[in-house]
Amino acid sequence: MERRSLTAAILVHLAALLLLVVILAPVVWLFVMSISSTPDLIAKPLHWWPETVDLSRYGVLLSSAVNSAGQAFVASLFNSLKVAGMATVAALIVAIPSAWAVSRTPAVGWSLYAVIATYMLPPVALAVPLYMALSWIGLLNNVFGLALVYLTILAPFTTWLMKSGFDSIPREIESAATMDGARLDQVLRLITLPLAAPVMATAALFAFLLAWDEFFYALLFTSDQRAKTLTVAIADLAGGRVSDYGLIATAGVLAALPPLVIGLFMQRALISGLTSGGVKG
Amino acid sequence: MLKTVQTALLGATLLGAALFSPAHAETKINALFMAQAAYSEADVRAMTDAFTKANPDVSVNLEFVPYEGLHDKTVLAQGSGGGYDVVLFDVIWPAEYATNKVLTDVTDKITGDMKSGVLPGAWTTVEYDGKRYGMPWILDTKYLFYNKEILEKAGIKAPPKTWAELSEQAKIIKDKGLLATPIAWSWSQAEAAICDYTTLVSAYGGSFIKDGKPAFQTGGGLDALNYMVDSYKSGLTNPNSKEFLEEDVRRVFQNGEAAFALNWTYMYNMANDPKDSKVAGKVGVVPAPGVEGKSTVSAVNGSMGLGITSTSKHPDEAWKYITFMTSQATQNQYAKLSLPIWTSSYDDPAVSKGQEELIAAAKIGLAAMYPRPTTPKYQELSTALQQAVQESLLGQEKPEEALKTAAENSGL
Amino acid sequence: MTSNWITTRAWFLMLPLLIVMIAVIGWPLVDTVRLSFTDAKLVGTEGSFVGLDNYAKILSGSNFQRTLITTFWFAVLSVAAEMVIGVLAALLLNQQFYGRSVLRALMILPWALPTVVNATLWRLIYNPEYGALNAALMQMGLIDAYRSWLGEPGTALASLIVADCWKNFPLVALIALAALQAVPRDITAASMVDGAGAWSRFRFVIMPYLAGPLMVALVLRTIEAFKVFDIIWVMTRGGPANSTRTLSILVYQEAFSFQRAGSGASLALIVTLLVTVLAVAYAALIRKSAGAS
Repeated sequence: MERRSLTAAILVHLAALLLLVVILAPVVWLFVMSISSTPDLIAKPLHWWPETVDLSRYGVLLSSAVNSAGQAFVASLFNSLKVAGMATVAALIVAIPSAWAVSRTPAVGWSLYAVIATYMLPPVALAVPLYMALSWIGLLNNVFGLALVYLTILAPFTTWLMKSGFDSIPREIESAATMDGARLDQVLRLITLPLAAPVMATAALFAFLLAWDEFFYALLFTSDQRAKTLTVAIADLAGGRVSDYGLIATAGVLAALPPLVIGLFMQRALISGLTSGGVKG
Repeated sequence: MLKTVQTALLGATLLGAALFSPAHAETKINALFMAQAAYSEADVRAMTDAFTKANPDVSVNLEFVPYEGLHDKTVLAQGSGGGYDVVLFDVIWPAEYATNKVLTDVTDKITGDMKSGVLPGAWTTVEYDGKRYGMPWILDTKYLFYNKEILEKAGIKAPPKTWAELSEQAKIIKDKGLLATPIAWSWSQAEAAICDYTTLVSAYGGSFIKDGKPAFQTGGGLDALNYMVDSYKSGLTNPNSKEFLEEDVRRVFQNGEAAFALNWTYMYNMANDPKDSKVAGKVGVVPAPGVEGKSTVSAVNGSMGLGITSTSKHPDEAWKYITFMTSQATQNQYAKLSLPIWTSSYDDPAVSKGQEELIAAAKIGLAAMYPRPTTPKYQELSTALQQAVQESLLGQEKPEEALKTAAENSGL
Repeated sequence: MTSNWITTRAWFLMLPLLIVMIAVIGWPLVDTVRLSFTDAKLVGTEGSFVGLDNYAKILSGSNFQRTLITTFWFAVLSVAAEMVIGVLAALLLNQQFYGRSVLRALMILPWALPTVVNATLWRLIYNPEYGALNAALMQMGLIDAYRSWLGEPGTALASLIVADCWKNFPLVALIALAALQAVPRDITAASMVDGAGAWSRFRFVIMPYLAGPLMVALVLRTIEAFKVFDIIWVMTRGGPANSTRTLSILVYQEAFSFQRAGSGASLALIVTLLVTVLAVAYAALIRKSAGAS
């Protein structure tokens, strides 16, 4: 390791401090807004810390009273969980066999590139027919319908991640087992899939985060508490017709919590997934 | 043996009765409202609770979206079988909704009492082509609000009667250093800007459409935009108005940072609430001013109605709900934020108590309400006009040119 | 096992994915193409064949050209900023300093924040009257009057780019950091012995390790930036004076607000074509640079 001069060390620490502030300040401010009273938030000069901590908005948004704003918010929270959960499971189910097939059979590799290429499609290019089709089969404003549509985003992505995961598992292990007389499904179940478990977890996390984040399709295809997701609920709050900035911030904090927790605790898995997928394409 | 059969039959009948009894059959209807200040979400929920208490066999799912999403949500929900039964609609949409069969024609459901009891002007909110597509619910126009304390400090005796006077008074306030930018408007690129613009168009005697062709590029339509641009450029208008919606205007006014503000009815009692407002007790309200030689007051029809969608499977329950929501009793109870549609309410002391000033302004303002154009292509026209307003304010385009472009892009 | 049989088996395993892809992507895309030649409305009328009318109208209209330019600037500037700041942050995070592991862990925060929440947060920060940005700059004495960040065409797009960049540069940083950690220490040490300066060390020793992963991030981010909808929808809805209206917002307006499914579809396909051209160009670039090195 090279030895640094004192000046260099100070500069590095200053730069790190700046980076820390840039990263943290907006997130911390979101939280501070959520616990500040309205007079604090519209004071001039602005109060950077509330005079009294006001947690009432968390109560408002998480209340379960019938026909309350809280009930609507909690419903959207559950819708987001349902849609993201179902879409993730469905994406893995279709992605795993095909990713393995492509990884072991280069002859069909081109089809994977075709699948990945669909990532380029802007959602607006599919939205009108999807809207009409969902309407026709009665799945508009429905969590199943929305989860199905989310496969347009999740399926190519998870297949791509899983494929690079399978690539890193040596074929020799599988062929050795096959020689020993194991059937294909046994090989996959007992050898390949356990080895691919970390990649599967990474793919599932990514898929979940992508679905949790999705806004455009949810905006178009849901209309009320039966299917409306968190992102749409928040956009509705932020639309400029609600002037309780603290309430908007509180909704943001609550919606951000699950992905932030996943992000902080599963960081290693997420980054390894990104870089391995990235390097090998 | 016979006895057992009898018992069995009886049992089966009872069971059947229990299962299929209409008393237990609950009808669910879905209603779409907007998230706004008046009637607020809490108010609508409270009104709905009262309705379901009186009608235990009907339950109502409420959905709130911001005004900006109201039109698109209504239209998009048409595709879903179990969409909304009751929707709130703005005065500008019946033409489009009727043409595209979004709303059900309810002309026959309207009773004689409704016909005679509701203010004649309110009906225009729900009419298209001689038919009625719902009940008016929010009867609203934009008023000129002023901060009495600031006017007094500036030595101004009476609020402005004309738009020119408004500029003069604002200049006095600015010159005396009381406020840097005394007037607040909602000129964000949204329908809110068109409401302010329409108020001015009505003051200048302009018109939007003549013989099916755009007519706002000249005359009153152009004068209105010129007034906005002058007010903005002279620094009398809060420059942030160009990204304000109504709630931003209210915040600024309540914080004592505006001497004048153009806004809807709801601001009167909210700005007068000492819990949330720094200007409580100092709020004045008058009809929006006129233009000398052309008008004495100005007003935009900003009313909204409740209608039944054509896809509703429970139109009767939906109508029952609408009737309840628009009834005189319900409206009088919540008259502090939105004034009733019923003529006799305005002489009811219970309604006018504590808001005499507002009622006085409303009597004049509501009678002068000027409509935004009635056309199935309103969304396009409005989008084009919003762009024209903003480009002119920002100095990207001369008002004449901007309006000319808007006329070309209006789809008319 | 013959290779023929293995290929058949592979196709069989891919069947679920292919069925899903055809159902939710393939068929809708084909139908969009069909719609783009009609004057169909979103609800109600099926529409009739109008040939290339929709395309002609869009390509000749000023709306499309303006929106394309806005989208282009948004994509280029936000992606460029994310790349540069991301790589700089990665180089920093690869240095020794106190609290390095904590800072590395915190880098994930902006990226994990949902896009809509991020947009909402920045909208509040930019609020012209009560926003934190005006307050902070004023209290530090950097401005003498509150500014309308999202209300001026000059600053609205830039403000959006800052918000977008804040959320996405950490991802670039993390990818670049992972690549940096793969650079063998003895190589950097050897280059220092050779007397290479900081820049040439970065350019010739470190950059080859970064190029691959960064290229992938660049492609993905550019495509995403070109399709941008959420952050703009929440923060400005395309205003002021349409100065932040991007292609996706325009398509939404056409197809869903105005309910012109036909011309909305043609517009969406033009956007698709542009993104495809972009991606193909990138792919060619990657192949060329891979061939060169």
